[in-house]
Amino acid sequence: MTRPTLARALPLTPAVVLLLLFLAGPIAYCVYIAFTDLQLTGQAESSFVGLENFRTAFGDEGFRNAVWLTLVFTVVSSLVGQNTLGLALASLMQRASKPVRTLTGGIVITAWVLPEVVAGFLLYAFFRREGTLNAVLDALHLPRQNWLFTLPILAVSFANVWRGTAFSMLVYSAALQEIPREVTEAAQVDGAGGWRRLWHITLPMIRRSIGTNLMLNTLQTLSVFGLIWVMTRGGPGDKSQTLPLFMYEQAFQNSMIGYGTAVALLLLLVGALFSVLYLRLLRTEV
Amino acid sequence: MARARVTRPAPRRVSPRISRRTSRRVAADVCLLVVAAAFCLPLAWVVLSSVDPHAGLTVKAPDGLTLGNFDAILTEDVTFRPLLNSLLLCGGGTALAVVCAVLAAYPLSRFRSRLNRPFLLTILFATGLPITAVMVPVYALFVQVDLIDTPQGTVLFFAASQLPFAIWLMKNFMDGVPKELEEAAWTDGASTWQSLLRIVLPLMGPGVAVVTVFSFVTMWGNFFVPFMLLLTPDRMPASVSINEFFGNRGMVAYGQLAAFSVVYSTPVILLYVLIARRLGGGFALGGAVKG
Repeated sequence: MTRPTLARALPLTPAVVLLLLFLAGPIAYCVYIAFTDLQLTGQAESSFVGLENFRTAFGDEGFRNAVWLTLVFTVVSSLVGQNTLGLALASLMQRASKPVRTLTGGIVITAWVLPEVVAGFLLYAFFRREGTLNAVLDALHLPRQNWLFTLPILAVSFANVWRGTAFSMLVYSAALQEIPREVTEAAQVDGAGGWRRLWHITLPMIRRSIGTNLMLNTLQTLSVFGLIWVMTRGGPGDKSQTLPLFMYEQAFQNSMIGYGTAVALLLLLVGALFSVLYLRLLRTEV
Repeated sequence: MARARVTRPAPRRVSPRISRRTSRRVAADVCLLVVAAAFCLPLAWVVLSSVDPHAGLTVKAPDGLTLGNFDAILTEDVTFRPLLNSLLLCGGGTALAVVCAVLAAYPLSRFRSRLNRPFLLTILFATGLPITAVMVPVYALFVQVDLIDTPQGTVLFFAASQLPFAIWLMKNFMDGVPKELEEAAWTDGASTWQSLLRIVLPLMGPGVAVVTVFSFVTMWGNFFVPFMLLLTPDRMPASVSINEFFGNRGMVAYGQLAAFSVVYSTPVILLYVLIARRLGGGFALGGAVKG
């Protein structure tokens, strides 16, 4: 207790400086320019416009479309897809034989580790009219579709499931391994079937993992850009334009940095909200 | 995943439960193999197409093997310069993030302070913020301070964006190193600095390795950050150049695209395998998702 507090905090300086300059700074700047009409051309001319950008956003058909698509994308790919498939894979793995477990885990994790753009290309090839999915459907005598044209938001959602499921699988594998075997065996002896055991024992026991996993999946999904950009560029038209792509288009293709930033700020606020929920879930851990 | 299996007590007599267990295992195996096959299709495409002289968009057995696709892309413009750029950007960003995270984790893990908890909560809160949303203001800011289109600006931002998670993980790893060992070093006359370098860091080597690999893999695959902050084609890392090169061409040579994807993905997959073996599967989740 002899060293002064200041000297002890010294090693924190580089990290804090970096975080302030490159993370907190831009966020503060974001809050500021969201209320201006800053444009890419004529930087000096920007002026304060109050809530104008937000009023524009909520009256803008394109913005509402992006909010809706972001919601679909998040619910389909993260809340339902990654989460459920991850849990299913994890619990199947508990029963499966070791080689199958290793093989499946390896393939699913490879999809996760691949660079975003490569994943985008792979799934573009998969969903294209002349791609693998239609070839499989043909073989099964099912109708083919031009997926990227007719159902682009579903195609990118499935792409996100393909890419992101490994995370949930790992979280749930770890959680399931911590359930004591005696508990499930006792329930089994008492005659509880598989579904009842899942509903009354497994799910309640891993509920905190479910919470944190849902939160992290949602946050990751909210900020997906590259995957959708590579597969569809948000198109055709704006049929797969989620909020990050809408933000990019407004800020750079339409040169309205102020408006684009207002959208970014809304996205940040949603993220912050989820982040706070996530903190509450973890609060006993810090 | 690949954790040690719990050894179960041997069953006392052969009963229907054993066969039920076996049949459940077979069922689980079959289900998993179906999922694995579905997940495998897009991956199979990239591997098969990369050696196929007539690659298309569908998964199919190659019409004869060729290394022509690799030959065609292994040029300075298409592969070597973008990969070198990736290496410099991600290497720089990772080094900066890891050094800052080690330094920051030390006081957070070793000294008690009223500020620790709020600081850690802020850090954890920041790991949740969607970085994508920050990119527009970062771009505007970088234009004003003349950091736009500079590798150093991109490195700094990469490091900052990775820092919250890196500090969080690093602090948890450092908590695992007993303080007594350091105290012993202090009595022997080592300074705080020496004990961090000679005692703490070597003992948390795997932890530092995890943070390093995780940061590097994340940055290597990141598309949006360099896409926004760099403008000159010669400075682009592979994540952006691959998209510019193949995404903006009318006719795409799919075999070459696949070959490039293989070359670009291999390093991160190898790094992952290296680290996952050592730490048993869910390494990235170590400190972040306990529940």
